[in-house]
Amino acid sequence: MKKVIAQTEINVNEEGYLTDFAQWTKEIGTEIATDYNIEMTDRHWEVVKWIQEKVNEGAALSIRGIKKSGVIDIKSFYALFPGGPLKVSTKIAGVPKPKSCI
Amino acid sequence: MKNLVILGAGTAGTMMANHLVSKLPKKEWEITIVDQYKTHYYQPGFLFLPFDIYNENQVKKEGKKFIPKGVNYIQKKIDRIISDENKISLEDETLDYDILIIATGSKIAPDEVEGMQGKNWQKSVFDFYTYEGALALRNKLREWEGGKLVVHITEMPIKCPVAPLEFAFLADSYFKKKGMRDKVEITYVTPLSGAFTKEKCSKSLGYLLKEKNVNLEIDFAIERVDNENSKIIDYADKEVDFDLLVTVPTNMGDEVIGRSGLGDDLNFVPTHHNTLQSLAHENIFVIGDATNVPASKAGSVAHFQAETLTDNILLYVEGKPLKEEFDGHANCFIETGENKALLIDFNYEYEPVEGTFPFAGIGPLKLLKESVFNHWGKLAFRWIYWNMLIKGIPIPFVSRNMSTKGKKLN
Ligand SMILES: Cc1cc2nc3c(=O)[nH]c(=O)nc-3n(C[C@H](O)[C@H](O)[C@H](O)COP(=O)(O)OP(=O)(O)OC[C@H]3O[C@@H](n4cnc5c(N)ncnc54)[C@H](O)[C@@H]3O)c2cc1C
Repeated sequence: MKKVIAQTEINVNEEGYLTDFAQWTKEIGTEIATDYNIEMTDRHWEVVKWIQEKVNEGAALSIRGIKKSGVIDIKSFYALFPGGPLKVSTKIAGVPKPKSCI
Repeated sequence: MKNLVILGAGTAGTMMANHLVSKLPKKEWEITIVDQYKTHYYQPGFLFLPFDIYNENQVKKEGKKFIPKGVNYIQKKIDRIISDENKISLEDETLDYDILIIATGSKIAPDEVEGMQGKNWQKSVFDFYTYEGALALRNKLREWEGGKLVVHITEMPIKCPVAPLEFAFLADSYFKKKGMRDKVEITYVTPLSGAFTKEKCSKSLGYLLKEKNVNLEIDFAIERVDNENSKIIDYADKEVDFDLLVTVPTNMGDEVIGRSGLGDDLNFVPTHHNTLQSLAHENIFVIGDATNVPASKAGSVAHFQAETLTDNILLYVEGKPLKEEFDGHANCFIETGENKALLIDFNYEYEPVEGTFPFAGIGPLKLLKESVFNHWGKLAFRWIYWNMLIKGIPIPFVSRNMSTKGKKLN
């Protein structure tokens, strides 16, 4: 599905996650964040960058992984990305929503 | 003589011993299997034990009885896998291997969450993923007078991911039968974004929670159990009160994997998704719950894996390329209470869908629909488990790779 975000046409899935990371820019991330009433700060970007690196390495994201990463503690992760921090932060980061197997 | 060593004589290890004993040339290969316990448990039965549907004797047997003649059985604790030297150290001896199969499974780690294994452990906080836990919970349920029952998953992955939901459904039936359903409030708490994580399941099965009057709390990432106030609290400060908490704690691979430096964060061994060879060592293979492959951790999955792995061990011995065959195939019954069950059949690629199984258009089992027949299937699974599955006898008409026949794929 196509969508225009930050004046750029990008491909997203039904839930609004980018399907092609190559299309991601910081501006797009910033605009997705506003849907969640999040104003991006350096701390937000630090976490987003870490998530992008992990996904790039092929690692599976989980709350546990974040806890062990040393990049942020879970309480602050929830404070930065209220709601479902993994769901929200991955959407802003332009990477797929973490899968959990049935 | 060359040595093939299997670590763990649970579902997967026992199956591999039975498969390989007749296939590896006896003159060249000696097969050894190691497990710490004398008892082999039928873990799917732990779901039924708390509700007095099964008794103790239906879920355990002596493990040795299922290890075929011609395989050495050692009942000892495995201390370490020394992969650089192709050695295994047990409590008081060392084994050499040419090929190693890791089948040490996964187990609960309640100490991963603050307060979980606290003063109320097995008083008002229970698990049912262990024999001891399921039994203690049965005794509690027999005398419990009602209140808030919370069924909870700590984090994924867990073995048999549908078991907690089945527990909630069976609890509904159990309390109805006891004439006390009005005294019990059932809440299902999950770290996921829905009771069923696969989209098609959610659509077809969403009605079940309503029908059984089970409340749903999603996206709950537990931080701690508050024993003073009988609450579970998550990282976003959400709270759920309970009188009786039935939790599925974090599931992890055995500590021996961690000690040996072979595991990920959760002590699962990084494994090739389709060949089941370990990613780090070409003479180490991994099967069942011990792997990190993104398939369900279930006995049925281990059964399909065992067929591929047997072929691959033989190919490896002959120095031939391995088959990239395992497709994540899982086939699970889901108890929905009141003597009905669902059946789901899926793999890495396809979500569970509606249809018939195993014969296209005929069944007799229905996919993704409740039926009494499926419930019989689930109960028959215990017989199949003890008499066919772990003995490595193929289950008629059910193939190792998922079949798309008889399924409504779109
Ligand atoms: C409540 C519940 C319900 C379930 N329902 C179903 C179902 O309906 N259908 C289904 O298909 N599956 C079901 N399962 C899952 C199924 O039981 C497991 O997936 C299966 O048993 C995995 O087999 P495994 O051989 O990998 O591990 P296991 O069978 O757990 O075996 C591992 C073995 O390794 C041994 N071991 C580990 N570490 C060491 C060590 N350091 N030293 C010595 N020995 C060691 C252990 O003693 C154990 O015997 C259920 C599980 C549970 C808990």
